[in-house]
Amino acid sequence: MSYSHTTIWIIILAMALGSFLIRFSFLGFIGDREMPDWVLRHLRYTPVAVLPGLVAPLVFWPDATGGHIDPARLAAALVTLSVGYFGKNVLVAILSGAATLYAMIYLLG
Amino acid sequence: MGNLGPMEVSTNPKTAFLRGARDALPFILVVGPFALLFGVVGTEAGLNLTEVMGFSVLVIAGASQFAALQVMSENAPTVIVILTALAVNLRMAMYSASLTPFLGKAPVWKRAMVAYFMVDQAYTLSQIKFEMEPELSVSARFAYYIGTVAPIAPFWYALTYVGAVAGTQIPAEFALDFALPITFIAMIAPALRTMAHVAAAVTSIVVALLMAWMPYGTGLLVAASVAMVVGAQVELWQGRRARKRSAP
Repeated sequence: MSYSHTTIWIIILAMALGSFLIRFSFLGFIGDREMPDWVLRHLRYTPVAVLPGLVAPLVFWPDATGGHIDPARLAAALVTLSVGYFGKNVLVAILSGAATLYAMIYLLG
Repeated sequence: MGNLGPMEVSTNPKTAFLRGARDALPFILVVGPFALLFGVVGTEAGLNLTEVMGFSVLVIAGASQFAALQVMSENAPTVIVILTALAVNLRMAMYSASLTPFLGKAPVWKRAMVAYFMVDQAYTLSQIKFEMEPELSVSARFAYYIGTVAPIAPFWYALTYVGAVAGTQIPAEFALDFALPITFIAMIAPALRTMAHVAAAVTSIVVALLMAWMPYGTGLLVAASVAMVVGAQVELWQGRRARKRSAP
């Protein structure tokens, strides 16, 4: 990355303030009033709407292999997804994915 | 305090704090490695120790911090970095809204503390507790909530530090570039509870890949917006279908 230290601190402080305001929002400003259903309905999907799109290019076109599909990383992603989906345990899913990645890298050389 | 029976015990703030801390204890197994990883990946990406700690102490939101690192590694403009990181954190607005009926009457400094420490684990534990024990006083609820973050937050700071200090000594063979995707996939997978969640996730992937040509990660913001709408619409559609089926 090529950011100056000042820019990095601007990012950190903006994220700190923004995150605080998001977290404080209803608790701090709205009090007991109800939030409209349509807002809640969209907020419900923010994690599953942002994170998969962030991860997808890293899985299909990893920088470490020059942007080419890499069987080891693809397999690790699939194993992590399956273990996380069926097992519902984040830590076990991470460990399974890492084990798959290292095993595949070792096997494929 | 007099001997007023079990009800009194459960609304005592000190007891509530200890119960919160005990309930949250297993989560240090999830938070610890995640914090360690942020320290390592942040240092590898080129942040110095103070900056890495600045993220973990001031922002205190793992997924959002990792998202910022990822977009920063693509040298995206500052505004895009901030928008992407905050988009990941938007779910906290939903947490804030659902805690409001239980903690909305607490003094503002307490509500500010609740906001600062709002992390997935504290929210989830507290929300369940408050619903199951409606007799808890507002101060007991606050004590329980702070109890849940008592083991988590110091662990988060400390292990970020350890990761940042150890980070630069980890060789490339460890394929740490893929630690971040694996962590995110592991966080998303259990959240794919309904057809609407799956539809939103699939939409996000497809649109992000199709829009990868857009500069500086702006494609991701497009993908996330479309995916949120798709999730909400599928939820509505499923609700209508369920009502139609149950109609006589």
